[in-house]
Amino acid sequence: MKRFHVWSWFWFLLGLLYFFLPLFSTLEFSLRMIKGRYTLEAYRQAFADPRFYQSFGYSLLWSVVTIVVSLLLVVPTAYWVHLRLPKARPFVEFVTLMPFVVPAVVLVFGLVRLYGRPPLALTTTPAVLIVGYVVLSLPYMYRAVDAGLRAVDIRTLTEAAQSLGANWLTVLKDVVFPNIRVALLSGIFLTFAIVMGEFTFAALLGWPAFGPYIEEIGSMRAYTPQAVSVMSFGITWISIAVIQWVGRGAPGQAQVPTAR
Amino acid sequence: MDHGLHGAPPVTPEESTHGDAPQARPPRRQFSWTWAGLAPFFLFAFLFLVLPSISIFIRSFESSDGGFTFQNIVDIFAKRDIRNAYRMSLEVSVVTALGGAFFGFLLAYAVCLGGLPKWARSFLLSFSGVASNFAGVPLAFAFVATMGNAGLVTRMLESLLNIDIHAGGFTIYSFWGLSIVYMYFQFPLMVLIMAPALDGLRREWREACENLGGTSYHYWKHIALPILLPTLLGTAILLFGNAFGAYATAYAFTGSFLNLVTIVIGAQIQGDVLYNPGLGNALALGMIVIMSLCMLGYIWLQRRAARWTR
Repeated sequence: MKRFHVWSWFWFLLGLLYFFLPLFSTLEFSLRMIKGRYTLEAYRQAFADPRFYQSFGYSLLWSVVTIVVSLLLVVPTAYWVHLRLPKARPFVEFVTLMPFVVPAVVLVFGLVRLYGRPPLALTTTPAVLIVGYVVLSLPYMYRAVDAGLRAVDIRTLTEAAQSLGANWLTVLKDVVFPNIRVALLSGIFLTFAIVMGEFTFAALLGWPAFGPYIEEIGSMRAYTPQAVSVMSFGITWISIAVIQWVGRGAPGQAQVPTAR
Repeated sequence: MDHGLHGAPPVTPEESTHGDAPQARPPRRQFSWTWAGLAPFFLFAFLFLVLPSISIFIRSFESSDGGFTFQNIVDIFAKRDIRNAYRMSLEVSVVTALGGAFFGFLLAYAVCLGGLPKWARSFLLSFSGVASNFAGVPLAFAFVATMGNAGLVTRMLESLLNIDIHAGGFTIYSFWGLSIVYMYFQFPLMVLIMAPALDGLRREWREACENLGGTSYHYWKHIALPILLPTLLGTAILLFGNAFGAYATAYAFTGSFLNLVTIVIGAQIQGDVLYNPGLGNALALGMIVIMSLCMLGYIWLQRRAARWTR
């Protein structure tokens, strides 16, 4: 049995090495801008660039709009499926898995060809970008909300509220939302993490965002891109930490990957 | 992990109260109105997922002058550049899916059954949750800082062991370099999916095997592996698709240097680099077809896996 433990430790430590070495290297690299000593010069330069704030601000805006649209689309749908249409579940779930079948770059390709010219020239507005982000967030958001609705008896709660005279708005606002708050938060933060680092949609549709900005300074400067990358990792890390923190003890959230 | 695809719809009160009890709710007749509640969702999916895919499909069979042709589909296999792009994408995906599945399985095994302390397990699962979400531009730059020309590992190998990894003409901006980068988000996903599956192996199964005189070898060959196999294969397929559709990471890491299908499609969006819009569509269609096959395989294996996890 002892021999087993040695191998377990070996693989475990190798996994940690694979995980932490690139992160540590990025941090170390970002501090080496001035030869011979560790400074925060790369960070100073990053913060001195007005386009840093601009692209960051745009990404914040995109993520907020995406989250709102995604919630409006997913929550009523998932709720309705649980309450009235359990037999629609396979169809809805199939749709939420479609972003996996159509990779981001292919989806942009299709959307640009379809909505990029009159009569439906939507690519001149951020609509296509938001649509793309909502599609990206769909698997995560739906799974999170679905898991939340599964965990509470939403049907009985709804009926109880209705027999006490609540209208639909009150049911949603005071009964459904508070009960799936944890699930909503995990969907929201996952969507936030995805949109804040997203590159494919923003770059190919030509909208300013944090992802394309990092890529762009990467081709112009050394050290600063790594400094910004450290910040980007920080955003992802904090978002996931919040999800894992609010979701302690909640049913595990499945991960379906999209958009690399 | 519950992907819910196999969930039979729960028996609703309407269906179960066919007895003589007074019906609290009469069965609804407004069938269409119930479905109308899902209209916004399905309309969204139709407009922004289905329609673009249909449009790609139709335009794949369009020649430059707008007529019908099979030439674009033929060209995917006939043109060397495009065939090479597909080969490169498939190779990177297969290598990182197998590598990620192998490494991820060993890691999951180590923390679930390998006798490591409990904290190791929760630690690894937490960080796998984060790492599987690290992707795209920052990940590419992280690996430039790790094993690029001035990267930490490159410098350490040089100063400590006097090995120049770039000496033999090796460059990280290549097939193997990209595979190492992809592995970073591949193996954590495997860990996340395998850990619950390994937890699902019941102690009784092993005990039953031992009572019948079976060894550890028999247990794995006849019990554990057959049970885990659908999950293993399903996740490997998931990892394959994960790498196959990747664009941002590859683009930021190698620019347009590596000839991947996603990179070619990205270039085709920004300008008709293939000098043939139909061929661009056919290229995208090929990706959808391959990803659809992946998804079908995954769903099928997921159903098989679910037999044992319930």
